[in-house]
Amino acid sequence: MTNHWVDIKNADLVFVMGGNPAEAHPCGFKWAIKAKKTRKAKLVVVDPRFNRTAAVADFYAPLRPGSDIAFLGGVINYLLANDKIHHEYVKAYTNAPFLIDEGFAFDDGIFSGYNTEKRSYGKDTWKYQLDKDGYAKVDETLESPNCVFQLLKKHYSRYTPEVVSQVCGTPKDAFLKVCEYIAETAAPNKTMTNLYALGWTEHSVGSQNIRCMAIIQQLLGNMGMAGGGINALRGHANVQGITDFALYAQVLPGYLSAPGDADPDRKTYLEKRTPKALRPGQMNFPQNFPKWFTSLCKAWWGDAANKDNDFAFDYLPKLGGASDVLSIFNAMYEGKMNGFFCQGFNPLASVANKKKVGDALAKLKYLVVIDPLATDTSEFWKPHGEFNEVDPSKVQTEVFRLPAGLFAEQTGSFTNSGRVVQWHWKAADAPGEAKDDTEILAALFLKLKEMYAKDGGAFPDPILKLTWGYRQPAKPAPEEVLMEINGKALADVVDPKDATKVLVKAGEQLPSFAMLRDDGSTTCGNWIYCGTWSQAGNNTARRDNSDPSGLGQTLNWGYAWPVNRRILYNRASADPAGKAWDPKRTVLKWLGDKWGGNDIPDMRPDAAPDQGVMPFIMNPEGVARLFSRELMAEGPFPEHYEPFETPLDKNPMHPNNPKATSNPAARVYKGDMEAFGKAKDFPYVATTYRLTEHFHYWTKHAHINAVLQPEQFVEIGEELAREKGIRNGDTVKVRSNRGFIKGIAVVTKRIRTLEVDGKKVHTVGIPIHYGFKGVTKPGFITNTLTPFVGDANTQTPEYKAFLVNIERA
Amino acid sequence: MKLNRRQFFKICAAGMGGSSVTMMGFSPTPALAEVRAFKLARATETRNMCPYCSVSCGVLIYSTGDKSKNAKADIIHIEGDPDNPVNRGSLCPKGAGLLDMVKSPNRLKFPEVREPGSTEWKRISWDEAINRIAKHMKTDRDANFMTQNKDGVTVNRWPTTGLLASSAASNEAGYLTVKTFRSLGITALDTQARI
Ligand code: SF4
Repeated sequence: MTNHWVDIKNADLVFVMGGNPAEAHPCGFKWAIKAKKTRKAKLVVVDPRFNRTAAVADFYAPLRPGSDIAFLGGVINYLLANDKIHHEYVKAYTNAPFLIDEGFAFDDGIFSGYNTEKRSYGKDTWKYQLDKDGYAKVDETLESPNCVFQLLKKHYSRYTPEVVSQVCGTPKDAFLKVCEYIAETAAPNKTMTNLYALGWTEHSVGSQNIRCMAIIQQLLGNMGMAGGGINALRGHANVQGITDFALYAQVLPGYLSAPGDADPDRKTYLEKRTPKALRPGQMNFPQNFPKWFTSLCKAWWGDAANKDNDFAFDYLPKLGGASDVLSIFNAMYEGKMNGFFCQGFNPLASVANKKKVGDALAKLKYLVVIDPLATDTSEFWKPHGEFNEVDPSKVQTEVFRLPAGLFAEQTGSFTNSGRVVQWHWKAADAPGEAKDDTEILAALFLKLKEMYAKDGGAFPDPILKLTWGYRQPAKPAPEEVLMEINGKALADVVDPKDATKVLVKAGEQLPSFAMLRDDGSTTCGNWIYCGTWSQAGNNTARRDNSDPSGLGQTLNWGYAWPVNRRILYNRASADPAGKAWDPKRTVLKWLGDKWGGNDIPDMRPDAAPDQGVMPFIMNPEGVARLFSRELMAEGPFPEHYEPFETPLDKNPMHPNNPKATSNPAARVYKGDMEAFGKAKDFPYVATTYRLTEHFHYWTKHAHINAVLQPEQFVEIGEELAREKGIRNGDTVKVRSNRGFIKGIAVVTKRIRTLEVDGKKVHTVGIPIHYGFKGVTKPGFITNTLTPFVGDANTQTPEYKAFLVNIERA
Repeated sequence: MKLNRRQFFKICAAGMGGSSVTMMGFSPTPALAEVRAFKLARATETRNMCPYCSVSCGVLIYSTGDKSKNAKADIIHIEGDPDNPVNRGSLCPKGAGLLDMVKSPNRLKFPEVREPGSTEWKRISWDEAINRIAKHMKTDRDANFMTQNKDGVTVNRWPTTGLLASSAASNEAGYLTVKTFRSLGITALDTQARI
């Protein structure tokens, strides 16, 4: 979230699309209800299902799964065509005036630079025109045909209300009504908050769904505002924290892009990741990259990371290519992996194409499952009737199952989706011999370290020299770990402008990342968490919930990253002169000599407005991007592409260009293209979803949840039910090109049949929570059905739009 | 006079009548039925968080025992934390059932192994589990560690073992996971965050 849960109460319009917070995030959703009650805010929902969020909405519009970009592109076109934009904001705070390379082009669904064979783009033309000093050229009149504003207008002019209706199946008047609600928030003192979740990310165009909303919120001037922003509701309790800590291959903690094969040494690595400002006078905050990175190396390898060895640059493994969950399972499937750890992760249930995942696991030599619960994955080798058909004698994988503790049995911090880091305390020991995750890790690591110290082996240095100064090495205390994450000064940190002024004394915990240095004199395990444990102690454990501003900022409750800032880009909540766009909801304003208000300024505190330092300090251009340059895989503007399994056989926006049917830059593995189903065999669109009584694949192990929602069901609309002769309560079989599941038919009015591109499209809704392990009724795993293809940028699988057939079982 | 809930329960338990409590300038909220207050008054209260969705609602966990070294704590009740600014004491149908998750019959209680080709689990000790897993890891790492790629660039990675990390682990556990697994050279690393 750029904003936070309580801030939703400050909105004038709560726009929910790609999420269903009333059911999936109920206690956060109450702030939307609060906005309705106290501010007379409106709630608008766009979703394939008339879900419970829609049930309390002021307006609901249906759409076909996988057509979100067409819808949102239509909104962009509406705002531009009807001049419903926040002009001053767009001109000052976005890259609307920036001039783009003359060679940039878009032709029948494909941007300039496409390589058909590689299914990827050369991005040489997706760039700003630069002047002789290396700054981007701009046209303040916004009239040049090559400026972002005009290119944007041109690109989205094709997304007329008629086209939206044709592609999405949304009735035209319903679409226009949604546009009217949204357009009202172009007024400087009106804000829309956008709430989305996996309904946007789990598509082969997931990131571009969200880019669309980023464009809309910039055109409306809603970023940085109280009650505004783009708010990813997210999944698990600590999914935000675990992402921040880089439990994925492409980055190191704090979103530092990880070194790869193209980075032979520290110098090359840092140069590529330390951008130069693209406009004069901008903060260009990522210029501090070397400080964050060096402090991380010092936290991990201490004295063994020094000037003489490039601060242990070679200790870090270099990424050799794709390394996301789909690519990992593909490599495993091809027999290229020997060992695997599943820590609190149940991939057999949660990764696409269960059969492929099971077959892949069977090729491993060893699998280690660390979990509080007996997961389906841990028994992938065990026959469970038709739910898991397998011959154990043919599975040679050695499987270990290690019992871990749950939330109630551990102390530590979680980060909610509003970036607020909160400490929690252990209430009881885990059952039996179960141990905390950190203890299990420590045991494994210390054993390996002992073996390498004794017997040697492949490159032992990074293991032997890893810092491990915990008082009880086998039991690192969470307090010690958070202190390490925060970081400390190894030598006095002095003011760069005055070397006689000591800012932090050697040995002290650092107060913020502004104190980090790139000369090895500071440590920090994750720069964005610097400040969580300062000299003042554990700031994440603060429990003062007072809210003097009335905006719900609660600045003394827990600690929000970065630097306890609650609303990102908050400088944009004030006009260029420093006056709040809406004085009634002041987040930030210029006080004459510094920035102040009701949040930690997202700006250099003393940058006077006339210095022209723009609010988007993490971007080298200082402004937000309507045109995303070369940063996205499939183009600088989002374009509608069909899901890989489309009910239409073509992209109605590019009917004659098969290259542009589905995301032209998405990665498809050998064998998976063939495993996509065609509409003639699988005529119905399926979409997966979550129930309010269940959480993912965990609560199927908890009694009360199992009583409330005991077994798999499949939701279909009345028209499809009639056509197929299916009645409420019938057992149905749902097939995709990858397998089948069975469930109880629930026939509802919530899913409508839509008229798309001249034909009827039926949608089948499938909850995900079941499996063959648990106290719920044993059942099939929904991801038996889903396709093994992901978003071109994030590789998040396309769980929300694929093709199935359905019949009475 | 400022009292937290815990102290409030204690006062109730000490036999102070409801009316005199009200006279002190505050009254119990209707949700605090007296019977339960008495039951919880003997319990230890611990502040924690719902581990399900990313609203991260604050919860209060009540357990028997006073957390002294030899007293075995047993969790008997979990409810919303009224001080938490986001959930303000409320919990959804998922969070309201947290006790059943803690007490799930499917909780794992000891290390187990399923040997290659076998049809059954076998209980093993922690020592055996850690020794056997570490041996597997070292054998695989030593055999497949890649020092340089084909262009001669130092890459120092171990490509044949991977990890999927939990999004329900604490930040501290996550940090230690990434720190140790990166130091081993692992790049096949991903998290629930992606899906
Ligand atoms: S109680 Fe419900 S809304 Fe709150 S964190 Fe848990 S699952 Fe989310």
